[in-house]
Amino acid sequence: MSLDEFFVTGDPMIFASQIAIGLTMVGLIALITYLKRWKWLWSEWFTTVDHKKIGIMYILAGVLMFFRGGVDGLLMKAQTSRPEMGILDAQHYDEIFTTHGVIMILFMAMPLLIGIMNVVVPLQIGARDVAFPKLNALSFWLFFVAAMLFNISFVIGGSPDAGWTSYFPLAGKEFTPGVGNNYYAISLQIAGIGTLATGINFVVTIIKMRAPGMSWMKMPIFVWTTFITSIIIVAAFPIFTVALLYMTLDRLFGTHFFTVAAGGDPMLWLNLFWLWGHPEVYIVVLPAFGMFSEVIATFARKNLYGYKSMVYAVAGIAFLSMLVWVHHFYTMGNSATVNSIFSLTTMMIAIPTGVKIFNWLFTLRKGRIEFSTSMLWALAFIPCFTIGGVTGVMLAMAAADYQYHNTMFLVAHFHYVLIPGVVFAVFAGLYYWWPKMFGFKLNEKIGKWHFWLFVIGFNLTFMPMFFVGLDGMSRRMYTYAESTGWGAWLGFSAVGSLIMAAGFAALVYNIYWSFRYASRKVGNDPWNARTLEWATASPAPHYNFAKVPEVDRLDDFWYKKKKGETGLKKSDLKPVHMPSNSWTPIVLAAAFGVVGFFLVFEWFTLAIIASVGIVVGLVANTFDYDDGYHIPVDELEEEEREWRGDLK
Amino acid sequence: MTSHTTTPLEYKTQQSQMNILGFWIFLGAEIVLFSTLFASYFVLEHNIAGGPAGGDIFVLKDVLIETFLLLTSSFTSGLAIHAMRNHDKKGLLIWMIATLLLGAGFLYMEINEFLHFIHEGATIQTSGFTAALFTLLGTHGAHVTFGIVWISLLLVQLVRRGITEKTSSKLFIASLYWHFLDVVWIFIFTFVYLKGMVM
Amino acid sequence: MSANTSRFPWNLLVGFVLSIALTLLAVFVAFNTDFSKSIILGIIGTLAIFQALIQLFMFMHVTEGKEGIINVVNMIYSVFLALVIVFGSIWVLTSGHASMH
Repeated sequence: MSLDEFFVTGDPMIFASQIAIGLTMVGLIALITYLKRWKWLWSEWFTTVDHKKIGIMYILAGVLMFFRGGVDGLLMKAQTSRPEMGILDAQHYDEIFTTHGVIMILFMAMPLLIGIMNVVVPLQIGARDVAFPKLNALSFWLFFVAAMLFNISFVIGGSPDAGWTSYFPLAGKEFTPGVGNNYYAISLQIAGIGTLATGINFVVTIIKMRAPGMSWMKMPIFVWTTFITSIIIVAAFPIFTVALLYMTLDRLFGTHFFTVAAGGDPMLWLNLFWLWGHPEVYIVVLPAFGMFSEVIATFARKNLYGYKSMVYAVAGIAFLSMLVWVHHFYTMGNSATVNSIFSLTTMMIAIPTGVKIFNWLFTLRKGRIEFSTSMLWALAFIPCFTIGGVTGVMLAMAAADYQYHNTMFLVAHFHYVLIPGVVFAVFAGLYYWWPKMFGFKLNEKIGKWHFWLFVIGFNLTFMPMFFVGLDGMSRRMYTYAESTGWGAWLGFSAVGSLIMAAGFAALVYNIYWSFRYASRKVGNDPWNARTLEWATASPAPHYNFAKVPEVDRLDDFWYKKKKGETGLKKSDLKPVHMPSNSWTPIVLAAAFGVVGFFLVFEWFTLAIIASVGIVVGLVANTFDYDDGYHIPVDELEEEEREWRGDLK
Repeated sequence: MTSHTTTPLEYKTQQSQMNILGFWIFLGAEIVLFSTLFASYFVLEHNIAGGPAGGDIFVLKDVLIETFLLLTSSFTSGLAIHAMRNHDKKGLLIWMIATLLLGAGFLYMEINEFLHFIHEGATIQTSGFTAALFTLLGTHGAHVTFGIVWISLLLVQLVRRGITEKTSSKLFIASLYWHFLDVVWIFIFTFVYLKGMVM
Repeated sequence: MSANTSRFPWNLLVGFVLSIALTLLAVFVAFNTDFSKSIILGIIGTLAIFQALIQLFMFMHVTEGKEGIINVVNMIYSVFLALVIVFGSIWVLTSGHASMH
């Protein structure tokens, strides 16, 4: 392979990105070296096993990926803003909608949610960390390495271009030669291993590490949604692992799983992809539901209406999530019975989802609502998500779906589900838990700019897509004729996307502004909230709780606070056991990344040599008998006095 | 069970309990993984594209030897954990080494079987059927290989450290893994080999 | 669960003998009986499930430990998923126009 093929050449936009990436890398390395921060980075962040720091790194990476995926989205909107636009050619457009989809689902939504889960869940259950802190770090680094591997595709070797669903036979070697789709298969495989580990980690954490007295029905609702999400992860991700393995074998080793020739079955890919893909939608949306529930209860100053029905609804959605996958390909040619049954199971999902919507509304009813920025996101979520849900029921009808399938109507539908359902939730969660992560609030005034720009922009962007979709515009069209009459709708849509981008810029500015100027005196409980994470300092100390809290009821902290029972006795302090930092996760993940890169380019000898790194990492790990360390009582006392004043 | 029920060593610490529970959850994921491999195999089973079918290449005798090797290794790893619970380090070591040898024997048979398949004109690239067959068997075989290496490393730790809270829970988890591979094999034996030879 | 297991491990031995016997029985049913193919498949499938249960209960002690119930629920749920994946995929991909044969 010549250098010319190795680097993507010939497109000025990509060339500019190559230079920009190169300069940014050099700049970053120079800056860190100049500030002498390497050692600090290594010991405080790269080798950390602290769930809060890992969470923050997830969030940081997720925001970066949001930027990348957002730029892809803006480019698509620019290209379709008018008929016969020439910003992108068909190939480039294909690449961009593919990377947009993959990045937004797997490298934006997932890390942002898992990041918030990481920060919040151990605190909410009164635990010192997750069950397997080192594995948690490995999960993060595998995700990060996978995201980087996927992202370099557009400058080295070429982007995948068969859509985020990468349907065969298009995604096969025959119709998509080159390395682009190898990036898809390999990087998602690496990320998937990390995600599976996260799922197992949180299942065990929530089963085994809850504070004394916190029985199942006394867990905060976000813990419940995280728990059930983690179960779905464990149930669904292995399917994707196998599907990606088949894809890799087909593309790299000439097997015939999905080819039409030699007895392969391209529809097997669709089947496996959506067996994972549908539960994946719930994996990203259920924790979001949990966050909204926390935010709504806090800012309505009421306990969550129908807590138990909420739990059952989430469990019901999780159960049904494994039984609806065919609704993504009604038009594949299944028998009428198959389509009818899956149509029914799909519509059944609307029932528990409806229960949740009503629970939120009843929580708001007669509440003393405080319109903080995070509450605004939650309030905007309800109507916007309902539009997404109702159009979903339209799509669920198999016969009608023959009209909607693969049109912009579908695209509008899932953006109306995923943006309110996930992105709004992440924003709500970030504004809500920011003080717990960093010890200061994000600015509420800039936050409102962020909110209004983003919500208005969102509706302007995606509402028109319903109409062009109903008018017959299929998805993934890179251009269209003026005679179609779609120009005006899509022009509006493009303007909307710019407003959305301005909203995102407001968030970035808000983060910058608040880091520099926001008050550092927020106290442990800035929102007058209900759950345990607010019982400890902001930012949470690395040991989380000086004394593991005891829980008597749901929203225990709220009632203890009313009775003034949140103090800490000096005699209660005992040394706290903490896990030690470890270099194995980051090194192991890096080895996975190197092996993955060589596999993408089908350099098998190099891949085998590099996989020695993985073996060494695993062997080193099994011989690691580090037992962690203890924080002495003096140190705890000092840190606790800092924010509590005197101890009792 | 006997009346004086004390907790076995491998369940002593909270961390060990979490490790064991976590491993059970992981086995749940493994069930999903293998059932996906099985599902794909059943879908592609008849798509032989002019190449050999299962009945043409499977040899009952070899498969039975593989099965007995693996069944016996599952038994010996059970004996090893029994010895461990009696604080019998030597017994634990001997039965685990027996397990490893039986596992290695299984792998030897399986590699020969693969060579036989290839000799008969069934490579992984031949058809949808062979792709699914090799991937299902190969994933199981890779698990066995991983298990052999893993348990060997644990035995090194056992020799160095003796039966402790940590080594016992590690070996217990490894034995769960080993039994699980036997469960998978039973289904491969039944639904790949027997079914392929009879149908 | 008990640490005092110095007595002879009968359950392991019984499990082992049973699994060998069930294997041989499956081979016998497959090759030496005149049942129809679907009945043979049903019988050997049932035998396989019995063998898996032997491993699970007699060798792996699935109900053991503080989380015994959780382990059992986890296994039942995983088997449910396995059935959905296997029968669901076969059903979806071999009925209607999707059928390749």
